[in-house]
Amino acid sequence: MKDKIRIASGQGFWGDLLTAPVDQVTKGPIDYVVMDYLAEVTMSILQKQKRKDPKLGYAKDLVGLMEQILPVCQKKNIRVITNGGGVNPVACSEAILTVAAKLGLKSLKIGVVLGDDILDHIDTFASAGIELRNTETGETLQAVRSRLQSANVYFGAAPIVEALKKGADIVITGRTTDTGLTLAPMMYEFGWSLTDWDKLAAGTVAGHILECGGQSSGGNFSADWKSVPDLAHIGFPIAEAYPNGEVLITKHENTGGLVSVQTVKEQLVYEIGDPKQYITPDCIADFTSIQLEQSGTNRVRVSGVRGKPATDQYKVSMSYLDGYTAFSTLTYSWPEAVEKARAADRILKSRLEDLHLEVEEYRSELLGYNSSHGAAATTPDDPSEVVLRVGVRSRDYNSVERFGKEIAPLILTGPPSVTGFAGGRPKPSEVVSYWPSLIPKSAVTPTIVIKELER
Amino acid sequence: MRVQLLSICHGRSGDKGDTANIGLIARKAEYYPVIEKYVTAEKVKRHFEGMVLGKVERFELPNIWALNFLLHNALGGGGTKSLKNDAQGKTLAAALMKMEIDVEEKIKI
Repeated sequence: MKDKIRIASGQGFWGDLLTAPVDQVTKGPIDYVVMDYLAEVTMSILQKQKRKDPKLGYAKDLVGLMEQILPVCQKKNIRVITNGGGVNPVACSEAILTVAAKLGLKSLKIGVVLGDDILDHIDTFASAGIELRNTETGETLQAVRSRLQSANVYFGAAPIVEALKKGADIVITGRTTDTGLTLAPMMYEFGWSLTDWDKLAAGTVAGHILECGGQSSGGNFSADWKSVPDLAHIGFPIAEAYPNGEVLITKHENTGGLVSVQTVKEQLVYEIGDPKQYITPDCIADFTSIQLEQSGTNRVRVSGVRGKPATDQYKVSMSYLDGYTAFSTLTYSWPEAVEKARAADRILKSRLEDLHLEVEEYRSELLGYNSSHGAAATTPDDPSEVVLRVGVRSRDYNSVERFGKEIAPLILTGPPSVTGFAGGRPKPSEVVSYWPSLIPKSAVTPTIVIKELER
Repeated sequence: MRVQLLSICHGRSGDKGDTANIGLIARKAEYYPVIEKYVTAEKVKRHFEGMVLGKVERFELPNIWALNFLLHNALGGGGTKSLKNDAQGKTLAAALMKMEIDVEEKIKI
């Protein structure tokens, strides 16, 4: 057994800094690079791509990235774990194998985790009494069944551990939890059992710290953002894990950014609910047990984490079509910029009413004035300029499209000194709403498929 | 004494559906009991009057000197449904830093 392993965060979301994984594998020693691609609505976007082309449906960025890092990973024996397989992990693995062949690699073993995509089994579940009710509203799935776009079970670390045991150099999954990507290599390397709750919780906490990439190593840091050195070359976080469950959060030397107790704390509180009940498929982590200590420059020791047994349910993430939105902006300048913007808003609303459009929601905000902080905002008396941002939402596509034709006329038929209308009429975009649910763990089984380079 | 949270706290906010969360972290150990005593869920709900339509819940993490607030029905429907510019509540932690509290205890800032 290794006495420690270094797990590096390569991507915190789909659209993240593309140089980060390259830096992680080249700028210092690591054993694993983990890349998180999937947000709540990402799966529906990928499902749409797959419907158009059965060979798509995964994070395409990943293939180009693998082309860049694969030779280094092979040389340094670095394994890659990612949920970038989206709704088509098999096609993703095949695209990576094609790239590997092109690079002239001699061997490559990809472990593909399948079984999370339950879109085709919804009706079978329903007849077996698995209703997949909305856990927030209690509604039955019937309300949105015909508009369902994607349905995926959140798997945890266990299937990835299985893939690593089968000798995978790369593990590609669909909807795996962000935290499971980081926990899995610890379980595999240190032989942690599936019921060693404190250790699983420790690895889960490390996963939470890594899952948003640079957000724990100096990015989006509110405590003292000006003190963070060289954000242009930010080093993404690395979890140095030990068999007893202790983890050191650090980053490569000679990179920008900052790893401090404060940067780690800000990530710990990011998008959590009840801190005593951080529920994953692997365990329940108690965030009130976490102890942090600055143990060196850009080194934070995470210890004391306690965990409780996992629940007997998986979380399910589903998405459904829920109408359309469109947005537009106009910039009004001093004097009386705020009054002008508000007048334009009233005129627009009046014209929309005259058209009898089916609009479910209309919202106007003044950017540069109070849009972010509402009642808590400190507003300037007579600002140099404000941006009027208007948006509508409706089930009716035509109404949303018609709204888009009412913006430009305001320039010549509304209040004066207005500019900034660029990009033409706003186009309606689809609203994809999120349907959170739970499913008994016994109802779904993850499977592992190994794909290898053909000789 | 009147204290603005910005001088004794830092934090981060984000979203889960239509619920926003704000992690409010004391800058020093001695400030934690102060925010625990004065920054109540009710006070946060009032601070965001008109923005947070549902209830505000508070959880404590004394180990990292932090409070976690859940602001329900705060993001205009959340996700891609929301018409808000800040549909994910990313700036709400900063908005909370504006809050002022009247502190009976003597604290050094």
